[in-house]
Amino acid sequence: MSDLPAASLAGVTKRYGDEVALGPIDLDVPANRTTVLLGPSGCGKSTLLRLLNGLIAPDAGAVRVLGAAVTPASVEGLRRRVGYVIQEGGLFPHLTARGNVTLLARWLRRPPAEVDARVVELAALARLPTALLDRHPGELSGGQRQRVALMRALMLDPEMLLLDEPLGALDPMVRAELQRDLRGVFRALGKTVVLVTHDLREARHFGDLVVLLRDGRVAQQGTLAMLEGAPADGFVRDFLGAQTDPPAGP
Amino acid sequence: MRGSWAALLAGCVALGCAPRAVRVGSKNFTEGVILGEVAARACATGGATTEHRRQLGGTAVLWRALRAGEIDVYPEYTGTLAAELLRGVDARDLAGMRRALAREGVAMSAPLGFNNTYALGVPEPLAAARGLRTLGDLRGHPGLALGLSHEFLDRADGWPGLRARYGLPQRDVRGMDHDLAYRALSAGAIQVTDLYTTDAEIAWHHLRVLADDRAYFPEYSAVLLYRADLARRAPGCVRALESLGGSLDAATMIDLNDRVKRRRRTESAVAAAWLEEHRGLRTAVAAEGRAARVWLRTREHIAMVLASLLAAVLCAVPLGVAAARRPRLGALVLGAAGVLQTVPSLALLVLLIPVLGIGAAPAVAALFLYSLLPIVQNTVAGLRGIAPSLRESAEALGLPPSARLRLVELPLALPSILAGVKTAAVINVGTATLGAMVGAGGYGQPILRGIRLDSTATIMEGALPAAALALLTQALFALIERAAVPRPLRGGR
Repeated sequence: MSDLPAASLAGVTKRYGDEVALGPIDLDVPANRTTVLLGPSGCGKSTLLRLLNGLIAPDAGAVRVLGAAVTPASVEGLRRRVGYVIQEGGLFPHLTARGNVTLLARWLRRPPAEVDARVVELAALARLPTALLDRHPGELSGGQRQRVALMRALMLDPEMLLLDEPLGALDPMVRAELQRDLRGVFRALGKTVVLVTHDLREARHFGDLVVLLRDGRVAQQGTLAMLEGAPADGFVRDFLGAQTDPPAGP
Repeated sequence: MRGSWAALLAGCVALGCAPRAVRVGSKNFTEGVILGEVAARACATGGATTEHRRQLGGTAVLWRALRAGEIDVYPEYTGTLAAELLRGVDARDLAGMRRALAREGVAMSAPLGFNNTYALGVPEPLAAARGLRTLGDLRGHPGLALGLSHEFLDRADGWPGLRARYGLPQRDVRGMDHDLAYRALSAGAIQVTDLYTTDAEIAWHHLRVLADDRAYFPEYSAVLLYRADLARRAPGCVRALESLGGSLDAATMIDLNDRVKRRRRTESAVAAAWLEEHRGLRTAVAAEGRAARVWLRTREHIAMVLASLLAAVLCAVPLGVAAARRPRLGALVLGAAGVLQTVPSLALLVLLIPVLGIGAAPAVAALFLYSLLPIVQNTVAGLRGIAPSLRESAEALGLPPSARLRLVELPLALPSILAGVKTAAVINVGTATLGAMVGAGGYGQPILRGIRLDSTATIMEGALPAAALALLTQALFALIERAAVPRPLRGGR
């Protein structure tokens, strides 16, 4: 890989009380590709994501994002260059869909015409009917809310997109549809994407690169084919095997 | 020369040494208000601009206000001075009392002429038939039934001492409510009751007051207390006040009380009529309709509530924000506001008088303090109730803390904050009626007056608009909520 990584963790450890949630870990996130953080619950994948946009700070080691160290001074500017989507969308219930999407842009006093045009463009990209833009989150379905959350994350055209189990709370039909649409968006934009999931099929669907985590450390990373072809250890084999569909009966 | 005088005068006015109005205060009972009105009107004929702040609560309020210079004159009784204000001075020793008062910067007028103390009364026909004129005369009639107020019956200086002093033989002595005692007298169930020597009821029920020829009851001579500096500031006023000495005997005072209590005249009209008839002093009585009166009280009441509420919102919301962010500070702030809430309102008002004087200021301050807790509490609850995922989303967007507070956290907490402000407002509308005790006016004024005169109509003149204002406040907040809170956050979706 000749490109510089979009983000990197060097010797990072994060503890909650006495418990080590993550690390020590070294990891490079390649630019302009989709990286899937995969692993069972409690493996530290959400912690890793939250370190990348400075919602939490590491106890040891250094986090660099988009060429800069994540520090209290730099974090606010960095967050505006990094979109973030969480499981339930985290939409503000007091604002309409449009209000949610444009909150930061309006606070930054971007020209209203430019903001409006961007909203229309994003609605088309996220396949959200524009008629829904003036509804409040409570009046939208779960899938529609995630589309709005994606639009909000993409509003300022960030260089990197972080998604924490974005499809986790959706029912299977909606999930399949949104999964397809999300992949379309990632391909169309060609941005650096880091997506957290515990679902192997989702990883297969999205991931150029898969990082499988176990107890706060990297168990194995590479393409899914690499992991399946040459699992590094029993855990990797078991994790991949457990989620593979059992063979059909006789 | 004339120019320099004008300059001196202008400078003097600017520095505040222009003569200000003489303020007369009065306690919250009919005789006190009549005497206050007499004093204010007499003072005005002596050339001073006067104002009468009527029914300012009890002895403690008036005494503090006088010494703080909030009022200049108020009617008092020597017995009260001796028992409550100047401990250890005998109520009959006027010279000793004057010396003690002078140390407080207070002067005392000549006694007005009546002694409003405890007495026993007997229906006039019965008294005439049995030849009862003094308390001692009761000795010869052991069969008379006595109905005495509970307090009088129990106090050592009430019935037990009286019976011992005069050697009274009556066996049928019952404790009963004062109003019931008058009915029992009319019905003939009792023949003797205790009363104050200037009660209007004496005229009303045609009672004979038995003379206390052995001077058993303490002396409660009515006097006017005034600030010693008044003699210099308004000498004409002081001369007029002193000239009232000896001019009001008990029969006259009973009559004046009766005119207000039974015949429903205003204290101003009664005082003005007496001054004109007996002292030859003409004073104007402003006629004032009920509508104008209610409108004035409404303005005073709303001003008190609005001022206190506005100040409370400006203080309590930032306090609530700080308290929500720092749990330890939060516990301290909520604890302090909670303690304030437990101070009884009347006590708080009296405590504020030395600092803020009388009038609207202490009332607004007390209402402000009471408003803090509900607003701080609801601000904290509203902010702490925000889902962590929403806080985090706002942070992850890259908004600085101040913008997160303004654009996300406060709007999400708004329904809770508004509910707190509404609670405070409704409580304030009710509590502001107590402001009348310290001269702040408002709906409490007719309520106090109505209680004093036992007039339901007058009480309703304050109570009904106060209730209406409370309902209106509720409705207003429903509108504010509708306008300010986005649909999805409103209660009862």
